[in-house]
Amino acid sequence: MIDALRLTAEEAKKLLDAREISGAELFAAYAERDDDLHAFLYRCDDPGGDGIPIALKDVIGTKGVPTTAGSKILESYLPVYDATVAANCKRHGLRLLGKTNTDEFAMGSSTENSAFGPSRNPWDPARVPGGSGGGSAAAVSGGLAPWALGSDTGGSIKQPSALCGNVGLRPTYGTVSRFGVVAFASSLDQVGPVAKNVRDCAYLYSIIAGRDANDTTTVEVPEVELPTAQDLKGMRIGVPTEMNEADGIEPGVSAAVRKAIELAESLGAEVGECSLPRSVDYGVACYYLVAPAEASSNLARYDGARYGLRSDGDDFREMVMATRHDGLGDEPKRRIMIGTYALSSGYYDAYYGKAQRVRTMIRREHAEVFEKFDLIVSPTSPTVAFAIGEKAGNPLAMYLNDLLTIPSCMAGLPGLNIPCGLSEGLPVGLQLIGPQFAENTLFRAGHALEQALGFDVVPERLR
Amino acid sequence: MSETWEPVIGLEIHVQLKTETKMFCRCRNGFGGGPNTQTCPVCLAFPGALPVPNRRAIEEAIKLGLALDCTIAARAVFHRKNYFYPDNPKAYQISQYDEPLCSNGRLAVPTADGDVTIGITRAHLEEDAAKNVHVAASGRLHGATATLVDFNRCGTPLIEIVTEPDIHDADTAKRFLQLLRQTVVELDLSDAELEKGSMRFDVNVSVRPAGSGELRTRTELKNMNSFNFAAKGIEREIARQIGIYEAGGEVQQETLHFVPGEEDSPPIRSKEEAQDYRYFPEPDLVPVHPPAALVERLRAEIGELPGARIGRIADTLSFYDADVLVTGGLDRLWSALVGAGADAKEAANVLSNQFVAAGVDPGTVNAAELAKLVAARAEIPRAAFDEALSKAGDAGFAAGPYLEQKLVADAGELDPVIERVIAASPGQAEQFRSGKEGLLGFFVGQVMKETGGKADPRIVNERVRAKLSGT
Repeated sequence: MIDALRLTAEEAKKLLDAREISGAELFAAYAERDDDLHAFLYRCDDPGGDGIPIALKDVIGTKGVPTTAGSKILESYLPVYDATVAANCKRHGLRLLGKTNTDEFAMGSSTENSAFGPSRNPWDPARVPGGSGGGSAAAVSGGLAPWALGSDTGGSIKQPSALCGNVGLRPTYGTVSRFGVVAFASSLDQVGPVAKNVRDCAYLYSIIAGRDANDTTTVEVPEVELPTAQDLKGMRIGVPTEMNEADGIEPGVSAAVRKAIELAESLGAEVGECSLPRSVDYGVACYYLVAPAEASSNLARYDGARYGLRSDGDDFREMVMATRHDGLGDEPKRRIMIGTYALSSGYYDAYYGKAQRVRTMIRREHAEVFEKFDLIVSPTSPTVAFAIGEKAGNPLAMYLNDLLTIPSCMAGLPGLNIPCGLSEGLPVGLQLIGPQFAENTLFRAGHALEQALGFDVVPERLR
Repeated sequence: MSETWEPVIGLEIHVQLKTETKMFCRCRNGFGGGPNTQTCPVCLAFPGALPVPNRRAIEEAIKLGLALDCTIAARAVFHRKNYFYPDNPKAYQISQYDEPLCSNGRLAVPTADGDVTIGITRAHLEEDAAKNVHVAASGRLHGATATLVDFNRCGTPLIEIVTEPDIHDADTAKRFLQLLRQTVVELDLSDAELEKGSMRFDVNVSVRPAGSGELRTRTELKNMNSFNFAAKGIEREIARQIGIYEAGGEVQQETLHFVPGEEDSPPIRSKEEAQDYRYFPEPDLVPVHPPAALVERLRAEIGELPGARIGRIADTLSFYDADVLVTGGLDRLWSALVGAGADAKEAANVLSNQFVAAGVDPGTVNAAELAKLVAARAEIPRAAFDEALSKAGDAGFAAGPYLEQKLVADAGELDPVIERVIAASPGQAEQFRSGKEGLLGFFVGQVMKETGGKADPRIVNERVRAKLSGT
């Protein structure tokens, strides 16, 4: 009997290698479970083989398999090519379980912006799984997939992982190819793994990371080391005051994170305070200029001319306007308008130009901190999972949900979420941030903490 | 009030590179494929597709930049130029904006009065748009019932060259364009064929009172697909603007569409409707850092440029001849002919007239053989000479057989024919003798006809005159 809720990919691989289970049995263990969480937008038939099944966020292009990015405008779109990360998964024999739900074009923090309805949190179906990659996070913690890929622009892997109690990595910008991934904000988008533990997360990262000739922003990456160490000896961990004492961090979240930090110290880490004042003050504002500006340009290709939805219009212009009116939801439209404005002649310097300068400053501020520390920690999300509908009418409140994940994204740095406890019966996420290409450090620290914390990743109501 | 006016002209030239593949994808770059057969997810702007710059195109742009004496940027950046149009599938064109690959150059254009140096503001790389085909009975945009888009051209590499407003007359503009075209062709970057659209140019024109340094409102002329049309369009626009100022009016900033053969260039759009292109650095591409060693290697590959050769050859021939030879791509053959013993002026005349008419690729010609032909031009029948030229590029071409067809110059042979011709037209002979000299040609023509073109026209002339005059 396969325990889909608990089985890790590493364990699954051992069972497959020992021929204790077949590939078909393993695939069926996930595929036959009822998706009452609406984690998937599309579920695939078993393509055969003995590889480990995987779910992919629906912004990742998959040849011949619908890829909607959570948008009506791509509802009828069938990619003619695989994203590099999808091809890498195939090459490693990973079998596609399906495409997971996402906020439309990955714009959101709850999946409520999906044109196809929200996903639900496995810990409490009345609550959101986070977003934009809520579908992948819900699938992994709900036993619908052993692991998954997400994409992260300002926190879309880390935050849902925090809210659903699993491990998620946003890799260093440039380590994972974006080729074939529906673009939201090109200078921020990164694909990364979502898993039940740090070793699985590291292994999946090793499958997708590396230079891709089709994405000129990618680079060669250091060899991935699967973590084994149980201690944190010699590890210098910084605790940025602003990110641990920010307004809006729930007391239960603070308490769980503080306990995890104390645990780190007891495992041998040197813990010290540090400061990222400007990154936290300006990060969100800066992000909401840069990301919408790029999005306004990236989403302009959805014009109804070549693929996807086409609405009627008397001429090209009318057709494009009708298609975009009908096919795009409120959040993409909102961001397209913000972004178009930020790039307009006469406003460029004041908005986009200034945001880029602030971004440089955020990068420097982080670099200074990493002269003294190997990694820094904070809560991933200021809150635990909130109720569906609670923030849907208030975009600004929703944006502030990403307060703690955004600064390091702006700096292009890797961030790992691990679950570190419960608050009100819901998972709390601990965010570990390292300097560029320090994924191995994050894996090592995350793994040691994970072992010491002993967090049970299976949602209480499903045990 | 007859003020004198000084035209101020700047040019924007697009040259389509003949690289194997497109600018940002691996699709074939070239004519010939059926509509939409040279496309891929990248140039069709499918979701998730990313651009990868064509290294060859970057090298060629650097090479042109060096030929135009530009500064090659240590760091060049691609920008997105955003606008919606059916030929622009991403809704942005990847181009360059404030950090172009090449800037601050110059091209010396030889003229009869010495070189005129035209500043090159910049030369940058960008991608071409798709081709919109408007389908209507009239073949014109107006009344079109549908537009078809062929994406084969979409994403092919272009170099855009922008000049300083350093040009002050239509003739210099034309010479600049011809010289630039020849430079591009010799660097082997592009066919630069105006008819095919692989070289296109827009012209910015304004006028100002002579001697004033001001820059007045300019208009942009488009759609001039020949050098002569460019010169004509510029002259017409200069006259139009002067007319407006002299009538007390103001020139409107607008884009004008040149229509060959028509009096006016109708406006396409005025600048009030100007687009805001929302340029920003293309985040899908990293900046280009051309290594110094690469730049030096490319510099070393550049031979003597056409502008310099015009100057050198003009020392021997007239400026006019030198210009025609070089911009016509004929000067290397001319040098070879002269080297093989041909008379410099004679060789230039043959090349720029009969040879061009024969349509032979100068690169295929055996200069030693052609030089023999040039030397004997006056002694060979015209038809035989033309035939020889048309075969001059063939493998194994030899002048010998043509040289044997010498003209009949012997009076003993020609006189009986001449006498017969005069006897056949006594009336015309009488009129000639009474002063109608123009009839000489009539008789000469008759003799040439009778001899099948093989008579030496100079001798025939001489003998006909003598016979008619009765001497």
